[in-house]
Amino acid sequence: MSELNLTSAPAHLRHGSNIGQPLTRRDGILKVTGQATYAADNHPPGMLFAVIAAASIARGRVVSLDVAAAKRHPGVVDVMTPEHKPPLAIDPEIKTNPFVFRMEALQSNEVRYANQPIAVVIAETLEAATEGAALLAPRYETLPPLVGLDAGESFVPPVVGVGNPAESYHGDVEAGLAAADKQIDATYETPPQYHNAMEPHAVVAHWDGDRLSVDMPTQGLKLSLARIAELFGIAHDKIHVRSPFLGGGFGSKGLMGGPPVLGIMAAKLVGRPVKLVLRREQMYGPVGHRAPTRQRLRLGTDTEGRLTALDHHARTVSSTFDDFYEPAAGASHTLYAAPAIRTSHDAVRVNTGTPLFMRAPGEATGSIALESAIDEMAWACGMDPLAFRLKNYAEVEPMTGRPFSSKALRACYEQGAARFGWAKRPLQPRQMRDDAGLLVGWGMGTATFPALMFQAEARAAIRRDGSGVMEIGAHDMGQGAWTALAQIAADAVGLDIDSLDFKSGTSDLPDAGIAGGSAHTATAGAAIHSAGAAVIAKLADLATSDERSPLFGAGNAGVIAREGRLIRRDDESRSESYSEILARAGVAEIEARGTGAANPAAMEQYAMHAHGAVFAEVKVDPELGQIRVSRMVGAFAAGRIINPRMVQSQLFGGMIWGLSFALHEEAITDRRTGRIMNANLGEYHLPVNADVPPLDVITVEEHDPHVNALGIKGVGEIGITGSAGAVANAVWHATGVRVRKFPIRIEELLTQL
Amino acid sequence: MKQFDYVRPATVTEAVAAAAQPGAAYLAAGTNLLDLMKGGVSRPDRLVDVTHLDGLDQIETLADGSLRIGALVSNADLAHDAEFARSYPAVAEALLSGASAQLRNAATVGGNLLQRTRCAYFYDTASRCNKRAPGSGCDARDGENRSHAVLGWSESCIATHPSDFCVPLVALGAIVEIEGRGGRREIALDELHRLPGEAPERESVLEPGDLIVAVRLPPAARGFAAHARYLKVRERTSYAFAVVSAAAALRIENGRIAEARLALGGVAAKPWRARAAEDVLKGMAPTADAFQEAASHALKGAKPSGDNAFKIELARRIVLRALTLAATGTPARIPALPASPFASISGALHV
Repeated sequence: MSELNLTSAPAHLRHGSNIGQPLTRRDGILKVTGQATYAADNHPPGMLFAVIAAASIARGRVVSLDVAAAKRHPGVVDVMTPEHKPPLAIDPEIKTNPFVFRMEALQSNEVRYANQPIAVVIAETLEAATEGAALLAPRYETLPPLVGLDAGESFVPPVVGVGNPAESYHGDVEAGLAAADKQIDATYETPPQYHNAMEPHAVVAHWDGDRLSVDMPTQGLKLSLARIAELFGIAHDKIHVRSPFLGGGFGSKGLMGGPPVLGIMAAKLVGRPVKLVLRREQMYGPVGHRAPTRQRLRLGTDTEGRLTALDHHARTVSSTFDDFYEPAAGASHTLYAAPAIRTSHDAVRVNTGTPLFMRAPGEATGSIALESAIDEMAWACGMDPLAFRLKNYAEVEPMTGRPFSSKALRACYEQGAARFGWAKRPLQPRQMRDDAGLLVGWGMGTATFPALMFQAEARAAIRRDGSGVMEIGAHDMGQGAWTALAQIAADAVGLDIDSLDFKSGTSDLPDAGIAGGSAHTATAGAAIHSAGAAVIAKLADLATSDERSPLFGAGNAGVIAREGRLIRRDDESRSESYSEILARAGVAEIEARGTGAANPAAMEQYAMHAHGAVFAEVKVDPELGQIRVSRMVGAFAAGRIINPRMVQSQLFGGMIWGLSFALHEEAITDRRTGRIMNANLGEYHLPVNADVPPLDVITVEEHDPHVNALGIKGVGEIGITGSAGAVANAVWHATGVRVRKFPIRIEELLTQL
Repeated sequence: MKQFDYVRPATVTEAVAAAAQPGAAYLAAGTNLLDLMKGGVSRPDRLVDVTHLDGLDQIETLADGSLRIGALVSNADLAHDAEFARSYPAVAEALLSGASAQLRNAATVGGNLLQRTRCAYFYDTASRCNKRAPGSGCDARDGENRSHAVLGWSESCIATHPSDFCVPLVALGAIVEIEGRGGRREIALDELHRLPGEAPERESVLEPGDLIVAVRLPPAARGFAAHARYLKVRERTSYAFAVVSAAAALRIENGRIAEARLALGGVAAKPWRARAAEDVLKGMAPTADAFQEAASHALKGAKPSGDNAFKIELARRIVLRALTLAATGTPARIPALPASPFASISGALHV
C-alpha cells in the first residue's frame, strides 16, 4: 500500500535504532482526518448494496420467503436464497483444514441459530435493500431451541481451543486435596460475550471475469484468500484481498465467516460490484463470540499455604454444527506451583453461532475464575493474596517441569505492588472507606498468556537510490502494525524508517500469518528481521568481494548495516553506502526473502509465556451496590518491547477488557427462544470513558533469548488476564461479598451488603 | 427502510393537521424514532418534521413566575441554562445524567417526554409485544425481565418509561401544553403517560395530531431549589438507562419539611410520583427515620414482574438516599458525574 501517506512525525528516532522507540502511529493522521480507507469505504462504479435477512428463530427451518414482495420494492435488483444463488465449488460444510469453520452460505433452509443469514437482498440503495429484506417476511417451522450450559447431554470434546487436550493432569489431585489442611470448592460462571469491533464486518466484492477483488477487514489475509479460492473454485492468483485497516477484530475477523462469502456470492449473482455490511445486531451470530462457561475450582493447601492440589473443570458450549471449545481451564497450567494439577473440560451443544477465538480465548475466562479462586484460597489461609501467590510461585512450568524461557513475574509483582501501594492493604475485607463513605477494596490478579508464533514470510529489497522496501501482508487491527513492524523492518535493513517503503495489508504480499494469538509482531517481525538480514548479507557479498569497495576483504570481519551504509565491523572508518555498492555493481535492486516461525527445539525445551500482575481499586456504594473501578496498575513482562507507546495502548485496552469482563459485558439470551435480547451497543454494556479510571502500565524489563531472534512475546491479549480477576477480587475486598457470577450485578451485592 | 412521506409544516396548525392523519408521526431530533424505524419497530407512513417550527425553542419566565420551556429546546441547552439550573437543579442534574453529550445536544424536551420504553421485547419485532402489536401477548412477562416494572404494571405489559428528565419534572408538578385539533389545552405531566392496563399500546393521553408545544414549571417549583437532587443507579457510570432513579425535593422551613416532592424513574410505565410518601414527610423533621418511612410508602404496592424483586429494595434505598441528599442541600455546582452515587468523586469531567 505504498499509495498510503504514512507519517512518522513527530517522534524522533534514537540514533542507530528504530526498535524501542515510542513512535506515534504512522497511520494516525490518516485515521483522524478520515483518509484511512476501511473496507466499507470502497465504492467501485456500479456498486450495489446487499443486506442480509437474518433468522429470528434459533432452530428450525425457513418454510417460505416472500421473494416477490421484496423484488417488487423499488430499487431491489435481486434476492439471493438457497434456491437462487451462484454455485460454490465446495460445500461450505466441509472442513478442509482445522482453521476452517462451517458457515452459512445459503446452502439449506435449516436454521441453526438466531441471526443466521437466510437470504440476501441486493438493491441500488442500502435503504431499498434493507426494506427488501424486511419484506421477505419469513415463515418458519420452529423447533424448541437448545439454550444454556445445561441444554443437553454433556460430552468431553476431543480437543479444546486449537488442538489442546480437553483433560490434562500431573500428580494426584484427589490425594492432594485429601491431604490438604484447607480447601476451597467454588463454582464461577462467565457469560457469552461478543467481540463488538467498532468496525462491523464488511465486504466490497468486485468480479472482473474470473478475477475477484475483495475489500474486507481480515486478521488473516492468506487464510481468507485460500478459503475464497476453494469456495469459488478459482486460483489464488486471481484473487486480490485488501485489508489495510481494521476497526478492531479481536478474533472475529480472523477466519472467513459466512457474511463476506455471501457478499462475494451476491456480486457474482448480479454481475456488479456489491457491498455487504453487517448491522450491529447481525454481528451477534455468524461471526463468532466467546462461549459462556461454568467453572469449578477445587484447591487445597498445606499448613503453610502451599498448594497441594489444583483442580479446574470448565463446562462450555459449542454450536450444534461445529466445534470450538473455550479452553478455559488451560489457564491453570502455568501459573501456580501445585504438585498436583488437573484441568478438564466438558461441553453441551446449543443453538448458537459457533463460538470462536475472542481476545484471550481460554485465558480470559479461565483467568477470572482461577484468580478469584486463588484469592479465596489465600483468604482461607489467612494470607495476603500477593504473599500467597509468591508462596506458590512457579519456578518451572508446573504441568511439564520445563524451565521458562524467561519469567520476570516476580519483578511484575514487586513493581506493580510498589506503584499501587499494595503493602497498606488490610487483610480483612470491608475495612476501607473513602471520604464520601464509599466502600473501597483492593484486589489483584496474575496475568499470563503464551508466547506463540505462527509462520510468516517477508520480502526485503534495497534500491539503487539507497532506499529500502519491505513487503509483508501483515494486518493492522488498530494495534499498530503499520508502525511497529516498520520499525523492525527499518532496523533489519539498516535504514531510517522514512527511507523504507513498508508495504502491508494486501494478499499479494508475502504471507504474514494471522494476526492472532498475540503472535503477530513476533511472527511477522521475525520474518522481516530474517528478510532484512538476508538482503544485507547479499549486499555485503557484493561489496566485500569487489576490490573497488572499501569493504573488500571484510568478509571475515563482517559488516554492520546502519543508516544506509555497510560499515566494517572492526574498523568503522571503512564504509560504503548502499547506493554506491549497487551503482558500481550495476544492479537496480537487490532482494531477498526471509521467514519467521517458532523454533521447535526451543519450544520443546522451554515453556514460553508472558506474565504480569494487575492491581485494582474499586469503590462500591454501601447501600446501592453500584460499583466503579477507581484505579488500576498493571505490570507486564512480555520480552522485548518494539514500540512502548503502542504496547502501552495494547495493555490499556486489555485492562479495560478485563474491567469490562468483571463488571459489564454480557449477552442476554432469552432462555425460551435462544435469541439475544441486547444485541446493540446501547444495552450490551461496554465500559464508557467514565467507567475507566486512570490506568497505570509498567512494562517490566525482560530479556528472552529463546522465544525468537527479536525476543518478542506479544502483548495483544495478556492485559485482559489478571485484570478481570483483580477487579472481582477488589469487589470482594470492598464488600466482603464474594460474587462468582460474572459480570457482577447490583442485585448480587444488594441483599448482602 | 420503508418508504414514507416527509412533511415539513410551516405552522403548528399545519403540523397538527398533517399529523392527525393515520400513520403519521412527529419527528423532532429523532434520537429514538429513527432507531425504531431502522429496526422496523415503528413504521410510520408519514413523518411530520417539527424542527423548523418557529417559537418552540424558547426558555421564558412568565409573569406569574412559571418557567415555560419550548418543546424544541435541546436537553443540553436546557441543562446548561444557568438560570434554569439554579432554579430547578434536580431537573438539570437529571438531564445531564441521561444519554450521552451527543444525544443531549440533539434530543428535545418534547421528544424526551414521548420516548418509548427500552423493553427489549418491544424493540425485537420477532417477539410478542402488546405495546407494539396490540393483542399479540407479552414475551417480557416470562422472559429476561430483571429491569422491568415493579409498580403499576399489568399482565399485558411490564415495560418501564426510561426518561430521567420526566422524573424531577413530575415531582415538581410540571404542566404540558398541547396543541391539538381542538386547539390549545394543558394537562399535568403526571397525567400524560398512562399505565398499561389492558391497552399498553396507548402510552399517553395524546390524541392523533396532538403536539406538545411546551412544558411549564409552575411558580411553586422554584421553592425547592435549595434542597433538590436526582439520583440514578445504573450499570455503568454513564450512557445507561436507570435501573432505578429518584428525584427528591424538599422545602424546609424552620427545621421542618414544609413540603416534599418525590418521584421514581425506571419502575413503571410512567414517571412515578410518590404522593403518599410526600404526605408522610409534610411537617416532619428531615431525619433518617422520616425518610425511611417515606421510602416504605413510596414503594407501597410494588411487586416484582419477574426477576426484578431487587428493584423494589433498591428503589427504597434510592429514595432514602435521594431524600437524605436533598436534605443536605443542593450542591453549589452540578456534580461532574451527575446523579451518580459516585458524584462525590472529584476530578471527573462532565459525562
